[in-house]
Amino acid sequence: MTLLERIKFALQAMRGHRLRSILTLLGFGIGVAAVVLLTALGEGARAYVTNEFMSLGSNLLIILPGKTETTGNAPIIGGTPNDLTLSDMEAVRRHVARIRDIAPLSVGTAQVGYGDRRRQVTVFGTTASYLNVRHMAVTLGEFLPEIDPDRQAPVAVIGQTILRELFPSENPLGRSIRLGDWRFRVIGVLEPKGSQLGMNMDEIVFVPVASSLKIFNQSSLFRLMIEVGAHSELEDVRKEVLRILSERHGGEEDVTILTQDSVITAFNRILAALTLSLAGIAAVSLSVAGIGIMNVMLVSVSERTSEIGLLKAIGATPRDIQRVFLVEAILLSLTGGLVGLLAGYAGAAVLGQAFPALPAHPPLWAVAAALLVSFGAGIGFGVLPARRAARLDPVTALARH
Amino acid sequence: MIDLRELTRHYRVGDQTVKALQEVTLTIPDGDYAAIMGPSGSGKSTLLHLLGCLDRPTSGSYRLDGKEVGSLDEEELAEVRSRKIGFIFQFFHLVPRLTAAANVELPMILAGVRPAERRSRAAAALAAVGLSDRADHRPDQLSGGQRQRVAIARATVMNPSILLADEPTGNLDRASGNEIIEVLQKMNREGLTLLVVTHDPEVGNRARRVIRLVDGRVAHDGPAAAAGAGTA
Repeated sequence: MTLLERIKFALQAMRGHRLRSILTLLGFGIGVAAVVLLTALGEGARAYVTNEFMSLGSNLLIILPGKTETTGNAPIIGGTPNDLTLSDMEAVRRHVARIRDIAPLSVGTAQVGYGDRRRQVTVFGTTASYLNVRHMAVTLGEFLPEIDPDRQAPVAVIGQTILRELFPSENPLGRSIRLGDWRFRVIGVLEPKGSQLGMNMDEIVFVPVASSLKIFNQSSLFRLMIEVGAHSELEDVRKEVLRILSERHGGEEDVTILTQDSVITAFNRILAALTLSLAGIAAVSLSVAGIGIMNVMLVSVSERTSEIGLLKAIGATPRDIQRVFLVEAILLSLTGGLVGLLAGYAGAAVLGQAFPALPAHPPLWAVAAALLVSFGAGIGFGVLPARRAARLDPVTALARH
Repeated sequence: MIDLRELTRHYRVGDQTVKALQEVTLTIPDGDYAAIMGPSGSGKSTLLHLLGCLDRPTSGSYRLDGKEVGSLDEEELAEVRSRKIGFIFQFFHLVPRLTAAANVELPMILAGVRPAERRSRAAAALAAVGLSDRADHRPDQLSGGQRQRVAIARATVMNPSILLADEPTGNLDRASGNEIIEVLQKMNREGLTLLVVTHDPEVGNRARRVIRLVDGRVAHDGPAAAAGAGTA
């Protein structure tokens, strides 16, 4: 008996109990669809987060004061690291050749006011370079002036939300706003940027870094951001920066340097685990459906006992019988798998329409896995019923009718 | 040529041993036409199943065309059933979802005969039982007699040497039953060895030879006329 004939015979048998076959492969299809859809969601979340981080610029090094991980040479007494200062920044700028741009960042919160309107805002103290490093632009006026970072200047650049709330109908340029006890002149408005990493860039007031340190009475910068020319130089620059800073800090490696890559890799790992666990949950429904296939095949074997007896009487070997039933189980699971794949893709497409921000594309490996698992489940759950059929004693089987 | 030497078949049912067949010794030459008769439980069906290689003897020897088949494994028995033996059953055992022609093709599919050859041989077999015009009907569209004729076509399509019929008329009215016996006798005239298990003396007495079993033993073996009329 050739494979083609076994398939034909199995199809005829499935048509013989059409409703039961359809329900079984539907159950299996739902399992496969769940796998496809949930992995698509997980992958979507991963792609979304990766995208968010990519918008920061992939050639970026971020330097934090302090060491966030404990290593062998952690100081024994006291964990207070040296300040990260503007002179550190100058040293890095002077000694590391491959830096394209470098921007300091100090952060504080203060009340901003204009006339009788007030609002709590985040204040970023930085330099003109920040605009290049973060790939931002102003829509009105200009960004912070190119002055010596050590110099204070009473000028501010505001985000879109602050523009809307403090100057609903006025041109803000040249206006004087209060920032805590200080006064600043508005010289520019940033283009709308929206949220980045949970921080709404439209709700921020930018001032020169020296002014910010003064207002908030800080001695250390919050971050140093370095943009390098090419992604491939990132690692070399990172080492060089680390060397210079530890030299300046008395030999202590008391800064942490993050790259976009390291952050993205960490998130990728977390979200890949999430995707995998979602797939695991879906696999439960798939295995339930697989047991459904086994059940239907067992019913089919006991219903067709006399047919099995007959097939043996007219020359079918046990192997023939086993293969006929195995092919039927595989056809059920494979058809179910295809139905589920289509349903999963349709579901992902609908999700994509409903939430355009979340790119829900089933990953290719999930599709391949779904089909492979379907095939495997057909064999796995079909083999017991098929064996049972093959082992039937022809005399007893024929006695049933 | 069937040659049985002290063929014995015991079953275990619970803790009892049922002696279905005890030391049956028989020779059935090619082309013979014999009826196997006897009361219920006399071992007729057991004998038929052993002859048809559906079952294996507990002891004794069964030589078919000079070859011992009692000790063959499952695969080899299937091969013997496929090539040498045709079965006809009381309840026809047609596959309900297949047409008459497809039912007749089944043994050839299992034996790996090519599709084109299958179709022509199935058509010829159906013609031989007078059912050419019913080839595309499914069993539920056929009468009992027609179903049994499809079964005969299926049993003979592989050109076996032995035809084993288990109560072939048991589920038919008298007219249809007669037709079936006519068809079987025609097959026998063409050279097939025909063995019919039956309760029905009228069917049995049409055979050339009657083998009567009682309690698993051969009680009588001889020409039909001498079998004793009226006993069932």
